[in-house]
Amino acid sequence: MTRLAVPKTYKLYIGGAFPRSESGRTYEVVAADGAFLANAAKASRKDARDAIVAARAAVAGWSGATAYNRGQVLYRIAELLEGRRAQFVAEIEEVESVSRAVASAQVDESIDRWVWYAGWADKFAQVAGNANPVAGPYFNISVPEPTGVVAIIAPQDSSLLGLVSAIAPALVAGNSVVVVASERFPLSAISLAEVLATSDVPKGVVNVLTGSPAEIAPWLASHSDVNAIDLVGAGALDWISLEVDAADTLKRVLRPESGPDAAAPALGRITAFTETKTVWHTKSLL
Amino acid sequence: MSGTSLVAARERALAVLGGEPDDATLRRYLHGIPGIDAVGLEQRAAGLGTRSIKTTSKRWALDRTISLIDLTTLEGADTPGKVRSLVAKAMTPDPADPTAPRVAAVCVYGDMVPFAVDALGAAHGDPDDGLVSVAAVATAFPSGRASLAIKLQDTADAVAAGADEIDMVIDRGAFLAGRYGEVFDQIVQVKEACRKPDGSAASLKVILETGELNTYDNVRRASWLAILAGGDFIKTSTGKVQPAATLPVTLLMLEVVRDWHLATGQRIGVKPAGGIRSSKDAIKYLVTVAETAGEEWLRPHLFRFGASSLLNDVLLQRQKLATGHYSGADYVTID
Repeated sequence: MTRLAVPKTYKLYIGGAFPRSESGRTYEVVAADGAFLANAAKASRKDARDAIVAARAAVAGWSGATAYNRGQVLYRIAELLEGRRAQFVAEIEEVESVSRAVASAQVDESIDRWVWYAGWADKFAQVAGNANPVAGPYFNISVPEPTGVVAIIAPQDSSLLGLVSAIAPALVAGNSVVVVASERFPLSAISLAEVLATSDVPKGVVNVLTGSPAEIAPWLASHSDVNAIDLVGAGALDWISLEVDAADTLKRVLRPESGPDAAAPALGRITAFTETKTVWHTKSLL
Repeated sequence: MSGTSLVAARERALAVLGGEPDDATLRRYLHGIPGIDAVGLEQRAAGLGTRSIKTTSKRWALDRTISLIDLTTLEGADTPGKVRSLVAKAMTPDPADPTAPRVAAVCVYGDMVPFAVDALGAAHGDPDDGLVSVAAVATAFPSGRASLAIKLQDTADAVAAGADEIDMVIDRGAFLAGRYGEVFDQIVQVKEACRKPDGSAASLKVILETGELNTYDNVRRASWLAILAGGDFIKTSTGKVQPAATLPVTLLMLEVVRDWHLATGQRIGVKPAGGIRSSKDAIKYLVTVAETAGEEWLRPHLFRFGASSLLNDVLLQRQKLATGHYSGADYVTID
């Protein structure tokens, strides 16, 4: 008797749960040759709204965790990714229609990038912060603080590496994230969400939407409860009007990048989603 | 706001009951009321919760929700300052949008009434006139475990301090033990204590604390008991016990109110309180009221929401409708 394969239903990842789109919509994910691969949920603006509510609720806990703890949690994600290498390689092979070697290289690079950013968690404040010189008997200290909820339009031409390169730096400082995955290659994003759900990342810290960035991005850009928006994968969209929308609520904006070096690992991607808090403190009691 | 005449209310109760309101008569009457089909009730409530309310209807519903809110602070840590900020919010819910209506009332502990009255100033009055009432919880809220003398004094103090509405709790222990006469008598006496020297009376809301009554049948009996004893409003909960207000319980109480109106022509108010936090929930309640008791119940003298965090959510939804993009918690006050 032949065995009937059990295909996976790819859903959204919001607030630690895997709901279908509120709208009930799905779209077909196909390989380069047009072969059907899976149905993915097509998120609506209300899913985006729900994701932002979940992300906002998670900010206090995640940003309140110690930097060392955040580093440990991020590192554990890399450990779990390593354990699921085969799944990610097979998925990328299928969806991007590339060779096993190319897919493997992408997964390796993604895992290494997680580790690289995890290491920064308890170090970037030393580099981005400062003890400022003052002419008086007190200290003056500047420290980077997370900005809050970061919306991300992930790079559209990469399954896993682009997504990881955009999410990880935003998490390092203690922000929570709502990410719109690649429209053509959304499957690895949901598989990554399964990794996140079974790691130690608190629910709501990362929320993954699949669907049309062109449809969702304007709602994220104009949403008053989003503090920053990373348009790295929005090059094909009308990103200037997104930037204009974002300006209405004084969001931090990162502009689109393209090519193989898009969202290359950099300290600047971490500090882009921080605010500098400067405080003074007495040197000693008289 | 005027309470119903005490004598008339008592005569009506006697006529309905067919005798003095003692334990035996009340038991005979209340246990003679048909039982509740719990599955049917919950299905009906769930069905009413599925209506889609959009655009102009939603705009109307949001504004109406605000004007039906009893903005509440009932914490041990309440201070005059907290009450003043609550009053400020009640008078101007959205400082950025003067078209936002005022809430119906502020609901505070009895000892905070003078501060609420003082802070309201000229805005203190009947919600029908666009003003804000002061409601006070009384009778050893929330447990109700005190002597009758203390409950009456508690009520009289709040009324003397200027409360327009009294939210009393029934003695759930006595009710569950079947001492209906005692519960009835306490409501009657608290109602008496709501009288003011000028002849008017504070409106009396009777809190059934449905979360402690265990069955829908008990909720229906308690609703009838409270109305027979002269309550102007029946209110689900104190907000201190879980579950607080639920849609099925509110639907049930609305059905009692509707039946009472059909039988006597008198309109009694309903106030779900506790646990209603989102605009979506509030709109479900509005639908239930309109479909059960009728649309004329959707005004401050006949329907209220006992809520605190609901107001912010409604304001966020209003801002979304006005601006076209989603708003955030940074754009409403922190309570």
